[in-house]
Amino acid sequence: MALHDIRLKVNGVEYTAQVEPRLLLVHLIRDVLGLTGTHIGCDTTHCGACTVLLNGEPVKSCTVLAVQADGGEVLTVEGLERDGQLHPIQEGFREEHGLQCGFCTPGMMMSAYALLQQNPNPTEEDIRFAISGNLCRCTGYVNIVKAIQYAARKLHPPQ
Amino acid sequence: MQQPRTSPEIGGMGHPVKRREDERLIRGKGTYVDDIKLPGMLYLDIVRSPYAHARIVKIDASRALAMPGVVAVITGQDLAQHNLHWIPGLMGDDRVMVLPTEKVMFYGQEVAAVVATDRYIAADAVTAVDVEYEPLPVVVDPRKALAPDAPILRTDREVASNHCFHWEVGDREATDRLFAEADVTIRQEIYIPRIHVASIETCGCVAHLDRTTGKLTIWMTTQAPHVVRTAYALVTGLPEHKIRIISPDIGGGFGGKVYVYPGYVLATVASILTGRPVKWVEDRTENLTADAFARDYHITGELAAKKDGTLTALRIHTISDLGYTNNQANPSKFPAGLFHICTGAYDFQAAHVTVDGVYTNKPPGGIAYRCSFRVTEAVYTIERLADIMAHEIGMDPAEFRLKNFIRPEQFPYKSALGWEYDSGNYAQALRLAMEKIGYWDLRKEQAERRQRGELMGIGISSFVEIVGAGPAKHFDILGLKMFDSAEIRIHPTGKVIARFGTRHQGQGHETTYAQIIAEELGIPVADITVEEGDTDTCPYGLGTYASRSTPTAGAACAKAAQKIREKARKIAAHLLEVHEDDLIWEPGRFYVKGSPDRFKTIQEIAFAAYTNPPPDLEAGLEAVHYYDPPNLTFPFGSYICVVDIDKGTGEVHVRRFVAVDDCGNVINPMIVEGQIHGGLTMGLAPALYEEIRYDENGTIIGGSFMEYLMPTAMETPRWETYRTVTPSPHHPLGAKGVGESATVGAPAAVVNAVVDALWHLGVRHIDIPITPYKVWQILRERGITE
Repeated sequence: MALHDIRLKVNGVEYTAQVEPRLLLVHLIRDVLGLTGTHIGCDTTHCGACTVLLNGEPVKSCTVLAVQADGGEVLTVEGLERDGQLHPIQEGFREEHGLQCGFCTPGMMMSAYALLQQNPNPTEEDIRFAISGNLCRCTGYVNIVKAIQYAARKLHPPQ
Repeated sequence: MQQPRTSPEIGGMGHPVKRREDERLIRGKGTYVDDIKLPGMLYLDIVRSPYAHARIVKIDASRALAMPGVVAVITGQDLAQHNLHWIPGLMGDDRVMVLPTEKVMFYGQEVAAVVATDRYIAADAVTAVDVEYEPLPVVVDPRKALAPDAPILRTDREVASNHCFHWEVGDREATDRLFAEADVTIRQEIYIPRIHVASIETCGCVAHLDRTTGKLTIWMTTQAPHVVRTAYALVTGLPEHKIRIISPDIGGGFGGKVYVYPGYVLATVASILTGRPVKWVEDRTENLTADAFARDYHITGELAAKKDGTLTALRIHTISDLGYTNNQANPSKFPAGLFHICTGAYDFQAAHVTVDGVYTNKPPGGIAYRCSFRVTEAVYTIERLADIMAHEIGMDPAEFRLKNFIRPEQFPYKSALGWEYDSGNYAQALRLAMEKIGYWDLRKEQAERRQRGELMGIGISSFVEIVGAGPAKHFDILGLKMFDSAEIRIHPTGKVIARFGTRHQGQGHETTYAQIIAEELGIPVADITVEEGDTDTCPYGLGTYASRSTPTAGAACAKAAQKIREKARKIAAHLLEVHEDDLIWEPGRFYVKGSPDRFKTIQEIAFAAYTNPPPDLEAGLEAVHYYDPPNLTFPFGSYICVVDIDKGTGEVHVRRFVAVDDCGNVINPMIVEGQIHGGLTMGLAPALYEEIRYDENGTIIGGSFMEYLMPTAMETPRWETYRTVTPSPHHPLGAKGVGESATVGAPAAVVNAVVDALWHLGVRHIDIPITPYKVWQILRERGITE
């Protein structure tokens, strides 16, 4: 199979790679770049464990080809922390007990990140809708909602 | 409510200590099986059967083997040469095929394995293995499997029958007599369909046989690493000290990761054959199609009562669809698990239960789906029957339950089916739930709405669980007694490493076990490391499932810490030059009776254990404890669910759900609440959404999250949770276990609410999942339209 040269930025770092056209973005991220925080839960775009941001938009990286990310910017869970400081979303998940097994958590946090970029003061309904493409089997979502509310308050303190 | 005895800095029992495992997991720095990548690692993929029942005529791997990057293809005939084509089922008396040599028995069964240098190449090669099949007649329904003319599926057995086992418990004669004498009896057929735990991480492993040392290391998605190691040693003949099972971070288990799946064995064989590490990770369709299922019980339940509503007897017959082999995850002596907790919270004079296990052309299993062995089936049945009886005799379902509950002064209570319930106060839990939800106001509202033609229902479920398996005299898996263990080692500076025979999959053991040690020794949680899941370093244990970790390993942890405290007392007496009887313990230190300023902290004592031990005492400060529980524990609670039904679409909307749980004393209230939230969601799921279905050819309908509907944040209500505390009298911490209570209790509350909304239309029961289509059909049949 012919290989394609691609260039992309992941968490602010420039990468180049030679990939098969069929290589999934999630396998590029995990197996080629070694960023294993992004998980695979279903292969069919339902569970959202593989959610990353591609050019600012949340995508399920199990149904995006790596070549489609050529020239793009990707943000994964590993890119949330800055200078050793947890992102408020990460802090929220810890403080509000928003995770149990932790497998859906990175994808869930990336969807939450995208939501708060677009809507700094979401209602509970907004939050539930925004994460409805991310399945969690452990928590029952109540504390995930609280975790995202925590982050919203921290990022945009009420005036 | 219990008050913590330790300071928040120490963080003993009762403190909502933030989870320590979160530090890595929120950074994406966990290590799950698929994150492990070893030099030279190969990838294994599996060829699966497109038929539910067929003879394998021929397997031709030549096209696959010719593909660049394909290293090997393994078939059942290859394995049979080493007698590795089958392994014993978890019940110990039946066979699970790793790869079949003659016949496939279910759709999606493993037929051959492909090993390649890359996961994409392996997937390509799977499609290039040519298998010729001769289809055989398929049996999907276990009731049809019992018909005299049914095709015999298990031709390897001596008995020419699809019947696997008959099991019964209770007093048949007394039960029959009470039914004959009863003023009122009810009977209901109830089907609890196949469902799947569908943890977000699927199953997988990395197997590596190091040919230099002869050591086999397997990183595996397993809830029970020690049991796997011993089973491997017994089946393969490899020496047990040369096998190391590591269960790294696990992305949810719920019982589905108790099994030894064929994929694990195949990856191991492939590593032995190639001398290279081999990774196998199943995809979601394989996971839903071939991994162990839960439930699949066809139940006929009957209740007998006096006309004043006093329950007298319970009779249940169940057909248990096992799939093609009996590979239920039950303790050996219990072919129907702990289903005989089905007398529930009620004081019956007699009960009788029969269960028949039947083979069909479906994948095997019989796991719990976040519940102790078959307990959800039991609770769902009794709570549905109780509701039907209450409605039949015209009593309010809450008052009916309050009348029939086992009373607090009856504990320890011997149930009609032989269990000794440890402690409980069922009426208190129900009354609290009724108060919190405003039960009587809701009943008024319901009457008003009904007048207006609106459909609103209120459902109650008052459940009793049975967890913490279990006492060695009754409980074993493959002969291994179901104790569990803790090993605690105090370093000279007072820091701690503690290791356990259990393996958490999200339950938070790294935090809660540290809290138990903090409670018993007064050492801050921050100074304690908890490790699980490595058979080379951890003490032997049976693993984490059936809500057993707190009742068994949690108790072992308290006992080991207490042993350490007793040795610390001797060291403190030596340091303070007093008799050890003159010392008083408070969390973190021993002080001299009457002179609280003369004391030694646990950290000073730890240092002395290595630098200045008493002359007549061994140096060091550590302990191991293997805890054999004297009884099971019996968590309980009452749930109330309020639903509104859309007459146009048949959709059930859960308006409110109040859950009152009692799991005895609580180690970490934050984690307990989280466990209940998750359990409630996994209880809602089968009630309204989830089912694994097959067509008449035995082909799974669906097999992805497109059809297998797990609740999202949109369907899941905002759970309202409350607690009562009734400690277990026999557990060292008074704790009972909580991971699964809500999964067990919730389905009946939801279904009772839906049926309550429709009872006046003549609806007695609807089998789960209660889909909008089922409700819509019922409404149409009765001429109800929007």
